[in-house]
Amino acid sequence: MIDKRVRNVSNALEGISDSMTLMLGGFGLCGIPENCISELVNMKVKNITCISNNAGIDDFGLGLLLKDKQIKKMISSYVGENNEFERQMLEGELEVDLIPQGTLAERCRAAQAGIPAFYTPAGFGTEVGEGKEFRDFNGKMHLMETAFKADFSIIKAWKGDSAGNLIFKATARNFNACMAGSAKITVAEVEELVPVGSLNPDHIHIPGIFIQRIFQGNKYEKRIEKRTVQAK
Amino acid sequence: MSLDKIGIAKRIAQEVKSGHYVNLGIGIPTLVANYINKKLEVEFQSENGLLGMGPFPVSGQEDADLINAGKQTITTLPGASFFDSSTSFSMIRGQHVDLTILGAMEVSEKGDIANWKIPGKMVKGMGGAMDLVASAQNIIVAMMHTNRQGESKLLKKCSLPLTGIGCIKKIATNLAFLEIVQDGFKLIERAPGVSVKQIVDSTQGNLIVEGEIPEMKIF
Repeated sequence: MIDKRVRNVSNALEGISDSMTLMLGGFGLCGIPENCISELVNMKVKNITCISNNAGIDDFGLGLLLKDKQIKKMISSYVGENNEFERQMLEGELEVDLIPQGTLAERCRAAQAGIPAFYTPAGFGTEVGEGKEFRDFNGKMHLMETAFKADFSIIKAWKGDSAGNLIFKATARNFNACMAGSAKITVAEVEELVPVGSLNPDHIHIPGIFIQRIFQGNKYEKRIEKRTVQAK
Repeated sequence: MSLDKIGIAKRIAQEVKSGHYVNLGIGIPTLVANYINKKLEVEFQSENGLLGMGPFPVSGQEDADLINAGKQTITTLPGASFFDSSTSFSMIRGQHVDLTILGAMEVSEKGDIANWKIPGKMVKGMGGAMDLVASAQNIIVAMMHTNRQGESKLLKKCSLPLTGIGCIKKIATNLAFLEIVQDGFKLIERAPGVSVKQIVDSTQGNLIVEGEIPEMKIF
C-alpha cells in the first residue's frame, strides 16, 4: 500500500501558488471541496485560473474566492447563481471562458486519460466553435477540443482510504470523478477517511492511483442551493 | 385563449413514449414530468449524474448530495443509478437519451436554437444545452410563441447567439404545436381556442399551413 495521507488541509494544498490553474470538483454546491476552498481563501493565493462547472454562490463555494478577487479566470459551463461573479465579469475584472458542460467533463477526462484532444459535435456553428479546428465525421461536423492542463485538481469524495481509493455519494460524484488524476497533483478531501482494507474493492469509484494526497475534512456544511420539497 | 405553462407541459407530455429515457431542461420542461401517463415506462436523466430521478423530497428528507441539474433537491426511484459527468454526457452525445425537452429564447425555421446568452445582459452559460442539442435525435422545445413585447420567437433567423444549428424538430408553444420541416415551421395543432390567423400573425419565420389544423387535446 502506498500511503497518500497528509495531516491536514494546509499540507494537502502545499505547493499551490499565485497564477496556477486549479480544477475544482462539484456541481453547484453539491460535492464541492469545502475545506480546500476555505484554505485557498486563507492562503490568499491570487490570479488563479479555476476550472469548475460552476462558480459557487456569493457567500459559499468559489464565491468566497471571487469575493476576495483571487480568481483571474473562470472556465465553467454555467455561472448563473452568483451576483458578484456577474458584476466582475461585466466590468471586465474577471476573464470567463464558458464551455459546454459535456465538453468540460470530457476535457477533464481526456487529461486524466492522456488523450490530448478529441472531437465533439457540441458547439459547432456557435460562438464556441469560433477559431477551432473542425472536421466532418459521418456527415456531421465536429469541433476539436483539447485536454485541460492544470497544476492541481482538488476534489471531494464521501469515503476514502489511506491508499487514495474513493467512493462518492449520490450526485456528488459529478465532476469530482472526472477530475481525479487530471492535473499534476490531485488532492482528495473526504468526509470519512478509513484504513486500507475496509473498503470493498468492488465498490471503489476512483482507484487510488489517480490521487496523490488525501485527508479527512474538518467540517462539512454541505449547503443546499435550492431546497425544493413536495407540496403537502 | 392560449395555453399557460402547465398546458404546454401537458401537450409535450403526450410526446413521451414508453421506453424513453428523457432529459428535461429547467423551467417548463421540468413540469412535463408531472403530466406523463403513469403507465408508461419512462426514466428521467439529470445530466449532473442521475438516471431514474424521482419527485422532490418531502420536507425533512432533503439531501445536499442529491440534486438535479437545476440544483434542486430531488429523490431517486427504484432502479436509479448515479454516475460522473463524463459518463452522463456519454449518454447524451452517444444518443442513448431518447428525448430531450428544453426551453428556448428563439428558434429559427431551419431548426437553429438560441437559449443561453443575451449579449451585454444575461451571460449565465450554456450548461449542458449545447451538448444536448448537438447530439439528441429527438428534441422538443417548450417556449412562449412571442416575447414580452409581442414579437415572434419563431424566426427566419435567430438574432441571439446560437446554442445549436439545424437541430430542433418539434416546438410546443402557448399557441401551437409545430414541426420543423425543410421549408419552415409546419403547423400541426392549434392551442384550444386559438385561430390559425393568430398563429400566422405571431410567427415571423415561414409558417406552413396545410388543410384543416386540428385543435390540441389537453386533459
